Amino acid sequence: MKEKFLEVIKEALDVESVEIELTDKLADFDAWDSMARLSLIALLDEHFEVEVTDAEFDKTETVQALFELVKTRMA
Amino acid sequence: MANLSYTNVGITSMAGAIPKNKIVNREYTSYFPKDVVMDIVDKTGVEERRFATKDQTASDLCQAAAEQLFLDNSIEKSEIDILLFITQTPDYRMPATSITLQHRLGLPKTTAAFDINLGCSGFVYGLSVAYAYATMPTVRKVLVLDGETRSKVYHPKDRKTGFIFGDAGVAAIIEKQEVGNSYFSLNSDGSKSDLIKIDAGGYRNPSSSETTQEKVVDANGNIRTDEHGYMNGPDVFNFVLREIPKNIKEILKFAGKNLEDFDYVVFHQANKFMNDYLAKKLKLESTKVPSTIAKYGNTSSVSIPITIVDQLRYKLEGEKQLFLCGFGVGMSWATAVIPTKNIKISKLVEL
Repeated sequence: MKEKFLEVIKEALDVESVEIELTDKLADFDAWDSMARLSLIALLDEHFEVEVTDAEFDKTETVQALFELVKTRMA
Repeated sequence: MANLSYTNVGITSMAGAIPKNKIVNREYTSYFPKDVVMDIVDKTGVEERRFATKDQTASDLCQAAAEQLFLDNSIEKSEIDILLFITQTPDYRMPATSITLQHRLGLPKTTAAFDINLGCSGFVYGLSVAYAYATMPTVRKVLVLDGETRSKVYHPKDRKTGFIFGDAGVAAIIEKQEVGNSYFSLNSDGSKSDLIKIDAGGYRNPSSSETTQEKVVDANGNIRTDEHGYMNGPDVFNFVLREIPKNIKEILKFAGKNLEDFDYVVFHQANKFMNDYLAKKLKLESTKVPSTIAKYGNTSSVSIPITIVDQLRYKLEGEKQLFLCGFGVGMSWATAVIPTKNIKISKLVEL
């Protein structure tokens, strides 16, 4: 699931050629704006059937934190 | 659950009007760098929009649409018993703009006129009201006018909304017609009223020198006043994904139909990304889902009927089944199953 999740993050951040690590900070990516959030919402819905709110995105600092949130929500 | 159904009421004619003033989004770079603008346009799919001039209002657009509709269909004005005007950008705070339109359109004083204050769900809601009146034995024709000047609502320095919205107006006649059953589902969730909102300028937070002051509103440096609209796009999208497929399932069950039964499925034109994903999630064929998001942007309540007028003008001859779905500010959402028979659609008016 981790690989699929990282793929989803890469697609949402529009950085398919860059490797993404769980420790990366979302805010460090130029593309991390409300449009990227729209992409991520669609991808999380499509692949994991999980909803993450805008306020939760605001509070989520790292890729790892978002991964944990999605895992909890899937359980 | 507001599930409604009507028998043998239909839309018999429609017309639309848009401002001449065309905004080409990829050249709309006064406030944001070109690459940022290109990204926004790529994603939202809004290439062009129409902006009303300073002196043009939503009711002007609707008046032009109505006059075209009267002319093309030789409508006897004395037969219009009800006039509904759907808008959130009225001419005045009072009186209701619909009443000024009764006079401006030369309708009789026996015409009932009132406004309906709803956004993206407004056309479907308004249609349900029109259908209810039209079923009554004493009512001959209901004139539905639906107009918006959303360009005046959002601030050009707020990138979350500054590239999406546009202006348009439509007119439609609703009356008794042998078309069979129509179905509506109307819904509201006021707990999410702050997802799309204008904070000030009403009576809760009256207009003042403070509310008209431009200010930076977020970490991205977006600028607006408290009297401009704002939108939490991600949570609107979450709301749409949660509620709309569920609501569509419910109304289809209520109507005893499947999505494949429809000739056209007309969604509120929110933005291309959101609409494309919704259509994909619902497994809809793209040929059945007309779109005007690239030409006119998001015109709030007008987006469904302007898409019908613009895209289906020659495609609604004979008997057809339309599925309509509007969602947005409120939050408010509405879906409808609308059988049609030879709707006469006028050529779009530009003014």
